[in-house]
Amino acid sequence: MKKLISILLTLVTLAPALPAMAAEEVNVFNWEDYICEEALTLFEQETGIKVNYMRFTTNEDMLVQVRADPANYDVIFPSDYIIERLINENLLEELDFANIPGAAYTLDWLQSAAYDPGMKYSVPYMWGTVGILYNKTMVKEPVTSWTALWDEDYRGNVFMMDSIRDTMGITMKMLGYSMNTRDQAVLEEVKDKLIEQKRSGIVKAYQVDETKDKMIAGEAAMGLMWSGDAAYAMGFNENLVYVVPDEGSNVWVDAMCVPKGAKHKTNAEIFIDFMCRPDIALLNFEEIYYCTPNSGVIDLVDEETLANETLFPTREIIDRCEFYDDIAQELQAYNRIWLAVKSAR
Amino acid sequence: MKRSYFAAPYGLWMAVFTIVPIFLIAYYAFTLGGGFSIENFRMFLEPAFVGILTFSLWLAFLCTVICLVIGYPAALLLAAKDMKRSSIVVVLFVIPMWMNFLLRTYAWMTLLEDTGLINRFLEWIGIGRQRLMYTEQAVLMGMVYNFLPFMIFPVYSVLSKRDERLLEAAQDLGANAFMTFLRVTFPLSVPGIVSGVTMVFMPAVTTFVIPRLLGGGTFMMFGDLIENQFLTMDDWHFGSALSLIMMVLILISVGILNRADPSGQAAEGGGLW
Repeated sequence: MKKLISILLTLVTLAPALPAMAAEEVNVFNWEDYICEEALTLFEQETGIKVNYMRFTTNEDMLVQVRADPANYDVIFPSDYIIERLINENLLEELDFANIPGAAYTLDWLQSAAYDPGMKYSVPYMWGTVGILYNKTMVKEPVTSWTALWDEDYRGNVFMMDSIRDTMGITMKMLGYSMNTRDQAVLEEVKDKLIEQKRSGIVKAYQVDETKDKMIAGEAAMGLMWSGDAAYAMGFNENLVYVVPDEGSNVWVDAMCVPKGAKHKTNAEIFIDFMCRPDIALLNFEEIYYCTPNSGVIDLVDEETLANETLFPTREIIDRCEFYDDIAQELQAYNRIWLAVKSAR
Repeated sequence: MKRSYFAAPYGLWMAVFTIVPIFLIAYYAFTLGGGFSIENFRMFLEPAFVGILTFSLWLAFLCTVICLVIGYPAALLLAAKDMKRSSIVVVLFVIPMWMNFLLRTYAWMTLLEDTGLINRFLEWIGIGRQRLMYTEQAVLMGMVYNFLPFMIFPVYSVLSKRDERLLEAAQDLGANAFMTFLRVTFPLSVPGIVSGVTMVFMPAVTTFVIPRLLGGGTFMMFGDLIENQFLTMDDWHFGSALSLIMMVLILISVGILNRADPSGQAAEGGGLW
């Protein structure tokens, strides 16, 4: 028995050491369903670097793992406000852009985004907006304003998002404030507005993943949605229209970063560069169907796709959107209001 | 002596996956910022949080009562001597349980939604669309549907083992059917009821998937609140305190229930205690 245990223990302690002796590798930690598998195969074939691919489902999930052991991963894909937090916590490596010439394909306005000024720690991967997906056969006029979500004509006909930042953020925009406001009085106003919307029976449900299928089925006139999900739903129901309301909205980015102390930093940079290559970025764009930050892809897609404002928002739409700041300090205040809205009856 | 060897794997399992986690929860619940603190519990006393707990308890109570009202006669029927085919009926009750409850709840969604089967039928016969989903009733219905078997089977299992001679004796002594039920059958079934109520009430208080799917996130249950603290707020301390409060509440309610069954026969009804 003792012998068996000691053999097992030896194996367990040796196991992690084995791959290190093998060829080059890179540890990638990305969102679930967020890459074209073919791109990984091509990367391994062309560079000979083995990809250890791991997946997460929420930013918070990923954050817990990365904080516990940053050196465990070489490339991670956090969202903008998480990148801001990681930079502040000194958990990211500065990238060596000599190894990432492909980063130059990044759209200009994304190179100067506020979450990573000067693009030192991250290279954008996918981006999108938050807006209203509506069914043109179920609304009285085209939707252009967030106030449509408070219109009593659509009682029981509106899906809101079960997501604190998005649902509260668009309410702030509607009321004429920034989505990043920390003013307690504004937060109270937002709370009253959301409770009013719920009590008057306009909200059908607060959900995230289910909304796109319900919108395809014609379950509601309007839904608060991310552009990526909207583009997906519009592919199945031609009556659906996506709009970023005039008051403005949120624009978000998922970008590639290297955690502090990553074991294969150079390989990570080679991987990031590979993802920026226009033909590879095109593969990922066609698979994921979110907005691409890669200007090289724009030359590769056809006219019809380019005209799709959900996937290629115009400059004018982007200008009225803002990024979320990291509100780690105020999260408690936000959540308090969110709980009050969710438990209101 | 030999026998305890065989229980060792299970003992290890319990230690690693039950006892250690409970200590971890207790540790997180009683610490804040590195030191001992009861701040997490004080925080819970805010009206918003107490309100969410009361609502969960109320919904779970309603669910348990409805399950008892529907489940008891069903169990009685199943256990009746003249139900020659009762084994087939029992199988029919069990079959839906072969499928994961999440899938069954999704199936209810396709039945209840605005463009779902029930509403299409109602439109076809001219009644028109009704709002069936995303209501408190829909959540309650989903809970009753999912937890009903946990009420029926313990009661059925106790009733099917009752001594028929007692019923005959009652009739010989002049009791009518109602009196026989009230004085003989019902008291005999109490252990089954106790374990049935426990087995329905516990998952009903902690449920959070059913309200989310059938209630569309428009209701905040205690389970949602705990999830919110861990996943959204990243506040494991308060989340653990909430979990601990929940465990204590369940322990208390189980304790009260067991009072109603002094002989401790609930275990016979397939109970957990």
